[in-house]
Amino acid sequence: MINLELPDYLDNLKTQMKGFAEGLLRPISRKYDEAEHVYPVELDVLRGMKVMGRPKKKEGEEKPKKDVERKNGANLSQAVTVEAICWGDVGLMLSIPGAGLGNAAIAAVATDEQMERFGDKWAAMAITEPASGSDAGSIQTTAVLDGDEWVLNGEKIFVTCADRCDAVVVWANVDPTAGKAGIKSFIVEKGTPGFTLEKLEHKLGIRASDTGTFVLKDCRIPKENILGSAEVKKSTEGFKGVMKTFDNTRPMVAAMSNGVASAALEFLKDKVEAQDIKLDYHENTNNVSATQKEYYLMEANLEAMKLLTYKASWMADEKIFNNVEASMSKAKAGKAGTLITQKVCELLGPMGFSREHLAEKWMRDSKILDIFEGTGQIQHLIVARNILKLSRNQLK
Amino acid sequence: MFDLSLSKEQKMVKDSFSKLVKDLVADNAHDMDEAGEIPVSAVQKAWELGCSVSGVPEEYGGYGMEDSPILSSLVLEELAYGDMAYAVAVTAPSLFIVPVNDMGTDAQKKSLLPNACTDDYNVFTMAMCEPHFGFDPVSLKTTAAKKNGSYVLNGAKCFVPCASRSEKMLVAANLDGENNLFVVEKGAAGLSVGEKEKNLGLYSLETNTVTLENCTVPAEARIGGDKGVDYDRVLARARIAMASMAAGMCRCSLDIVKQYALDREQFGEPIAYRQSIAFMIAEMAYETDAIRLLAWQAASRLEAGKSAKREAYLAKLYAGEMAMKICDYGVQILGGHGYIREMNVERLYRNARSISCLEALSMV
Repeated sequence: MINLELPDYLDNLKTQMKGFAEGLLRPISRKYDEAEHVYPVELDVLRGMKVMGRPKKKEGEEKPKKDVERKNGANLSQAVTVEAICWGDVGLMLSIPGAGLGNAAIAAVATDEQMERFGDKWAAMAITEPASGSDAGSIQTTAVLDGDEWVLNGEKIFVTCADRCDAVVVWANVDPTAGKAGIKSFIVEKGTPGFTLEKLEHKLGIRASDTGTFVLKDCRIPKENILGSAEVKKSTEGFKGVMKTFDNTRPMVAAMSNGVASAALEFLKDKVEAQDIKLDYHENTNNVSATQKEYYLMEANLEAMKLLTYKASWMADEKIFNNVEASMSKAKAGKAGTLITQKVCELLGPMGFSREHLAEKWMRDSKILDIFEGTGQIQHLIVARNILKLSRNQLK
Repeated sequence: MFDLSLSKEQKMVKDSFSKLVKDLVADNAHDMDEAGEIPVSAVQKAWELGCSVSGVPEEYGGYGMEDSPILSSLVLEELAYGDMAYAVAVTAPSLFIVPVNDMGTDAQKKSLLPNACTDDYNVFTMAMCEPHFGFDPVSLKTTAAKKNGSYVLNGAKCFVPCASRSEKMLVAANLDGENNLFVVEKGAAGLSVGEKEKNLGLYSLETNTVTLENCTVPAEARIGGDKGVDYDRVLARARIAMASMAAGMCRCSLDIVKQYALDREQFGEPIAYRQSIAFMIAEMAYETDAIRLLAWQAASRLEAGKSAKREAYLAKLYAGEMAMKICDYGVQILGGHGYIREMNVERLYRNARSISCLEALSMV
């Protein structure tokens, strides 16, 4: 039965996470924006916090029975958690030990045995290459099976948590003649010979997060480190499988955008109300000041962003195919979040341009959320192809 | 829990309205718009599905089901998917029935509801909008003054759905700084109903101006008795209705555009193969979803017995902005053809403007 109210326990989770973000992340938000690439030691206490993971299976544990009181699942809890933490600081959230996107990939497809080996490791995700951005199917990195080992060669850029992670989920092609169908993902542990972190990037925002370049040169990893099956199918089913990870991670990036946008809006609201200007959802928006109207429009947009995110997450929890909705949530949240943080700075005037306040930082931070895990344009392409039932050759 | 799945009942009701619209409205919406009227039989058929009376107790002529804003939101979206003018005409009585059922005194329910909740569709309505610049439903210029145990109403109203045929209407008026609703009967002294208004859209819907000149109504005419109504709740229920109808219109525009973009060939291939068109369609799709979710969120608050003032305010604001944008895209993608009245996107474009301009055309 339709009900868009978050249950009490999720409301409480949100409050709890926001409290944590306020106490632990906000005070060091500016510090690590300025001290780019320095590991935020304050985050050590969070090691092992399952933001992106899944709990390991415990012995004798049974699946919860249906029909008992139904509760929302892990994806929705995660959307709520990520939003609240990113209200604190998105760059720091990306730096929480063990909360890498690689962890999300592992959580999505790892076998129990792989979960046992890598579940506790901090895993980054390496897809992008110098010549392959949005066109992830064109990656050049190769993996060749040699006895009991995979031999990887290639270069990976824009890897989040490159310096701090323990392992990296690397996308590579096992059969370039098969095209996309040959793309598989592999877990490469730090310290493996032939696996080198070459440099860290200097970025517009999320400076607390270390983004780097890896070179794989005859890098040998155990055969068991492949995620999913090694078989190359004739169709592109396999590639679609790896792309499916995004159905879970894209709503999380949308949730990050929701968090940053809500931080900016809340800051603006405080400043507006301090001037005794009311924001009480009362008067006709045509009869209020431009600032008030802009605020209301932004808050309405934020609600739309959140609801599309919750929808995609809820579908994932309910095991409903959510490929379109995941992209919809990210398309909307990425774009609207960017516009909201820009507008908040505009309305704040000098306060919006000053590094004395965090608004300017949120404007820089939010921009990445319309770019990584698939740009806004890619999300639109996915949505359009799906709803128009067009192939990638028809709608390019 | 947070849940987007429809219950059996919700699905059944939604499907029955969807079928009705498909059978009676979808192919006729343009003709109704041109003719400037809606066949009585089409309205009666929807009425018989109980869209305005299902939440009224059986003793007052209703179906005795739970008063459910979410269910009404689903119904309004389906009706407006066919045609918004039709949705408003069919549910105009809700503007009267819902506030009375929700906030009236027992005596008012007993005396007013049975007449409105009959087997045959009878017009009942509400007068809220006012014809002046800067109209705001929270600062009404229409006034009510207490005099000798009665109330004297003065003011001008506009965009009152079906007012000329309405047996009774609720008039929103300011009484000592508080907004209230008063029952005014057809033919009451001091009440005059104008000709059918000529509007940008909703051609087939009759709306009228209503003037109140020292129109005196008895004390019992004040809904909720001496404590009046929860006016924020009245507005919330009306705003959720607007957002729900916006979702229906946008979905209709989207469906037309999807088909058109696949059929229409230029440069040797369907125009849907072009990103400039396809991206607009993608945006139409998720914004339509967003409007619906905002309406449902506000309706969920009401259903849980909470205030939906904030959520309904934002839902209508968003729906007003986005419905206009989406229906604009609808015309734009059809190009010159979209500008021709026979193509339904043209009607949707005009009708979409009503969401932000008007208030209280229906209630969930």
